Amino acid sequence: MNLDLIFDPLFRLPFLTGLLLAVWLPVLGLYLRLRGEWLAVLGMAQLASAGALGGAVLGLPAVVGGAGAGLLAALAKWGLKRPSDSAYAAMLLLGWAVAVAVMSNHPLAEQAAGAVFDGQLYFTGGGHLAASAAVLGIGVLVLVRAHRAMLRARVHPALGPPGAATRLAFDLVAGASVGVAILSLGVMASFALAFVPAWRAFATAPSWRSALWRAMAMGLTAYVVGFALALVLDQPFGPAGVAAVLAVAALAPPWRGLPGGASRRR
Amino acid sequence: MRPPGTVLLPAQGLSVGYDRPLLQGLDLQLVAGRVTTLLGPNGAGKSTVLRALGEARLRLAGQVWQAPGLRLGHLAQAAEGQAELPLCGRELLALTGASADGLPPWLADCLDARLDRLSGGQLQYLRFWSIAAAPFDVLCLDEPGNNLDARGLAALRAWLHTPPAGQAVVLVTHDDSLVDAARQNVIRIPS
Repeated sequence: MNLDLIFDPLFRLPFLTGLLLAVWLPVLGLYLRLRGEWLAVLGMAQLASAGALGGAVLGLPAVVGGAGAGLLAALAKWGLKRPSDSAYAAMLLLGWAVAVAVMSNHPLAEQAAGAVFDGQLYFTGGGHLAASAAVLGIGVLVLVRAHRAMLRARVHPALGPPGAATRLAFDLVAGASVGVAILSLGVMASFALAFVPAWRAFATAPSWRSALWRAMAMGLTAYVVGFALALVLDQPFGPAGVAAVLAVAALAPPWRGLPGGASRRR
Repeated sequence: MRPPGTVLLPAQGLSVGYDRPLLQGLDLQLVAGRVTTLLGPNGAGKSTVLRALGEARLRLAGQVWQAPGLRLGHLAQAAEGQAELPLCGRELLALTGASADGLPPWLADCLDARLDRLSGGQLQYLRFWSIAAAPFDVLCLDEPGNNLDARGLAALRAWLHTPPAGQAVVLVTHDDSLVDAARQNVIRIPS
């Protein structure tokens, strides 16, 4: 066990890459949960992983393959006639089947699969960091414009859904984010960061604003713990990250009865 | 907001429904500062009329004229999206641009609570207020009295008695006390 590794300059770039994603994915997860699409993250992640492996076989840079595959997965989601958990589960199964088939039949894909499934954050470079910053920046811009319409569509559906351009922009950002995230954090750690903090924040936060802060705080804390844990124990980030997200969510205080905490049922 | 008395939304010979007409030949004239109440038995198509004012696909015949830029607010009968949602009352009002000024005191104190922690009546009045106090030109209110207790109904009756001068209101209700409060233009829809 080597604690000095945590402060090794070699890991600064990967740490920053993961940090951006650990802040962004919980926010994205909140809006996907708001739309009843939390399972879509896993469906898009599996489809994107298949695309990323295909990209590796074609010799595309990993980040380009992942983000491109994520965008295609988002378009697949956009094109669904009846978006539902069942459709997202079908996306998940299709993505998994294609990914395993590609991985089993091509040595280049087998290498890429290590990054996608284990979450080899420590081997990421400047391209991953730039892509993570890009999806975060564009994502925030999209949400600033879409936030009100998305929440209004949930509480007052009779006022109509967000415009088609808004919905497409959100789906594309979600797909690209998932595509970039799986190449850095791995499929399941990305899903955990998008799903668990949002799940917990939905149950406990007294307001939407508070839910955003709580989800980000949980994602950030879990990421730092997972990063250190994986380095010290010489493990891939994926499993350490998932364990840390679950632990932080379970240990996070309910914030009830505290100033700004959830009020009791009246 | 438009001057009181302005015709904001006239409709003529309106037939509404999904596969087949639920209601046919309805004439409406929604006027700023006035309440138009639709009365009729369950299943007569009253709620569908409200939806059809904003959704062209539900209009099977007839014509609806809307001034350019006319904003339609619609309070649906059922409150479904609030369960398990971390949203407080103040945020609900902000989503439609509704002001909290004029809220009854018994509700003003609850604005920082999550919507799913409110009672059914508190939630219903807040939903109503988020539409009624927002900058809409035409307010379509579908059973706004649902779940309200005597205090909530009294506040709603007072609002219907003197609706905002620049807004036209179309009300669907089975509550006679609300019909009496809003008795300006009543349209009875046969079964």
